[in-house]
Amino acid sequence: MNGKNMNNGQNALFCQKLTKAFGGLEAVKDVDFRVTHGERRAIIGPNGAGKTTFFSLINGQHPVTSGSIELLGQDVTKLPAHKRAALGLGRTFQITNLFPTQTVIDNLVISAMGLMGTKFSMLKPLSSYRPLYSKAEEALKSVGLLERDSVLIKNLSYGEQRQVEIAMALISRPKVLLLDEPTAGLSPAESHMMSEIIKGLDPSITILIIEHDMDVALSVADYITVLHEGRVFMEGSADEVRGNTRVQEIYFGEE
Amino acid sequence: MDFWINQSFNAISYAGLLFLLGGGMTLIFGVMKIVNIAHGGFYLIGGYTGYFIASTTGNFYLGIVGACVGCALVGMIFERWLLRELSGQMLRQMLMTMGITLLIQDIIVIISGGYSYTLEPPEWCMDVLEIGGYYFYVLRILMIAAAVAVYILLWFVMEKTKVGAMIRATVDNKDVAQTVGINVQLVSMGIFCLGAFLAAFAGVIGSAFTEISPGMDFEVLPLAFVVVILGGMGSLKGAAVGALIVGFIDNFARAIFPELAYFSLFFPMVVILSIKPTGLFGREWL
Amino acid sequence: MKVQNKSFRLAWVGLAAAALVILVLPPVLPPFYVSLITLALIYGLVATSLDILIGYTMMPSLGHGAYFALGAYTAAIMNTKLAAGFWATLPVSILIAGCFAAVLGLVAMRAAGVYFLMITLAAAMCVWGLVDQWVDFTGGENGMSGITRIGFGLDLNGTLSFHYFTSAFYIVCVGLIYLIIKSPFGRTLVGIRDSASRMQVLGYNVWLHKYMAFIIAAMFAGMGGCLYAYFNKFVGPDDADLAQCMEFFLMVSMGGQGTLIGPNIGAFIIVFLKNLASIYTDRWVMILAAIYILAARFAPKGILGLPEQLREKKKAEAGK
Repeated sequence: MNGKNMNNGQNALFCQKLTKAFGGLEAVKDVDFRVTHGERRAIIGPNGAGKTTFFSLINGQHPVTSGSIELLGQDVTKLPAHKRAALGLGRTFQITNLFPTQTVIDNLVISAMGLMGTKFSMLKPLSSYRPLYSKAEEALKSVGLLERDSVLIKNLSYGEQRQVEIAMALISRPKVLLLDEPTAGLSPAESHMMSEIIKGLDPSITILIIEHDMDVALSVADYITVLHEGRVFMEGSADEVRGNTRVQEIYFGEE
Repeated sequence: MDFWINQSFNAISYAGLLFLLGGGMTLIFGVMKIVNIAHGGFYLIGGYTGYFIASTTGNFYLGIVGACVGCALVGMIFERWLLRELSGQMLRQMLMTMGITLLIQDIIVIISGGYSYTLEPPEWCMDVLEIGGYYFYVLRILMIAAAVAVYILLWFVMEKTKVGAMIRATVDNKDVAQTVGINVQLVSMGIFCLGAFLAAFAGVIGSAFTEISPGMDFEVLPLAFVVVILGGMGSLKGAAVGALIVGFIDNFARAIFPELAYFSLFFPMVVILSIKPTGLFGREWL
Repeated sequence: MKVQNKSFRLAWVGLAAAALVILVLPPVLPPFYVSLITLALIYGLVATSLDILIGYTMMPSLGHGAYFALGAYTAAIMNTKLAAGFWATLPVSILIAGCFAAVLGLVAMRAAGVYFLMITLAAAMCVWGLVDQWVDFTGGENGMSGITRIGFGLDLNGTLSFHYFTSAFYIVCVGLIYLIIKSPFGRTLVGIRDSASRMQVLGYNVWLHKYMAFIIAAMFAGMGGCLYAYFNKFVGPDDADLAQCMEFFLMVSMGGQGTLIGPNIGAFIIVFLKNLASIYTDRWVMILAAIYILAARFAPKGILGLPEQLREKKKAEAGK
């Protein structure tokens, strides 16, 4: 499909004939999709192309209507979202989706706990789990927010919230990471900083990024999938996509 | 055989009463998204007002009309002054309707002295009709007829008239309805009045059928809840089907295992909800 | 920082006041008042457990009266028919309340919002129907009397001794609930309340955590019910009816949901108002109605939320 003939063992993610219908409306139609280990893939497309729905199918927040999904060589089509997370799938959201009434550090501690048995213990206060806190501090350091650790999320700037979002997705060391428009709503300077953070991530992590800003998409990803009306419109390298006039039409034509 | 035919007839006529009660509740839920605990209170208002009007004027029909209209007005006052401000806040609305219920209960205790009454219907209602060797009470036949008439009328209004289209739009999406120029507040008030009207109607019939006493509000409320939950909240058709199911189960359970009367409602509810969490005809995306 | 210090001091003052009322005053108070405090503690425990659901998990369950009633009736039946002692009835009460919640949760948790509210309420009404009409087993409308305070390992027939026993029990249980809320599990619930989709992505089985909270809260309510049976020496259908279910809800809502302390304040206010007002007037129901209406209309965050509400109002006015 994408021209790279890889065997299954090297697929980080492999979707076949993926379809999602909401009532009569098909948001994602017959999508075949393959990403190899360590690849950086951008997914672009106009509004309503089904990009976010596609992510929600991959991570299991929406059940698929038909088709199959294979994650790291394992069929996960019927697996609930939390089990896919346990296999090493992380995700961020387009609309900031944090715990607004809690502090930055607590947001990270809760994230770190997601894949640990600790989350079920009831008889010791969370604040007594020191290793979780040092792990959270480390993660904050990596996005440069350590000095803001005890601020409530709702008192952070929007840009800072986006950074916390990334830190939360990284803290449980995902093998595959889905980033849903990480630069949406950011100023050009913040946006630049965010793409630097993404570029600086561990190269062994497979990253899928939905991006509205073509320049950001082309700078972080080596290969691009264009979605249009729920279907894969084309796949190719940055230059191929840039050079395709029909992509220009559907993508840039709308603005 | 006689047992089954008689009990089935009783069940259907009881379902008629339950539909009057549950139909109003389901409409209120559909439009306002309120768990209306005061619905039992409206039943009480209907029963007592109907009794007092009918026994002082000697006119049964005046009792029905007076009770229904009076209760609709009471509903209007509550909606306008107590509930409207809380629109969209589920828990506060529920506490408010509970407060209203207690208020109604206590006022009725003050006025009636806490006695229970049975409304005497006109003599021809007490007649017995013979059909194919079986005897049916006219009053029970009337209960069925009233429920069917109300159902057809409501169905006609909801499906065929402009007012009905406005109500359906409000049920679907309040915000969209508002932007296309529907006066959502007016629709809500109207529906709340209608619900109160129907509950009062049920109350009058119920007081003629058995009796009306101060604790009745909390006795009929669980039945109305189960009717509405089974049928799917907001659905008139659902309320009708739910009323039949509850009518049959309650009637036969009372006849066969009287100890488990209410509890026996729990199981069909569990079964239907585990298959369809929104009830038989409930909408998916409420 | 200043605000934090202030609320810290306030917490200590509150705790001292509570200790005064619960532990120090009872020996000098008339027995009637002591038993009101005992009752308020029992209701307070149930309301606190309900707060786990309303305040911390956003599962507004109206079925709490049902668990309370199941606990109370279990104790009453075992005590009067089998002459079972407290330490035997307590685990059974807890277990039965927990099992009922485990079944109800499977159904109710398929729904959300108003549906959830209504399904839990209907289930509670069915329990009421059961205790009201199963005359042979539950005494029907007459309820069950003749419950004796046996098997505690202590002589608890006096008002004061039973009060201190209840207080100890209450302190342990409410402390346990506090610990659960502060524990990783409790913080997980708050995370689910704030953003369930995020929690799923982080690897949390959202459904399982909520289900566990649902059952745990029910078990504490069953515990409260068991204690209530021994306190009151009588249980009747009124302890299971709609008014009782709503009263627990009112205690949480009036005191302030999501605070743990609020529901206890609510329980004290309702118990005292109800019992003292009914001495002076027959119109107690009217007073209760007024409390419901005022609480719903003017105090969305409860009594503990009032200062914050006033601050916000001032801010909004200053903004204009």
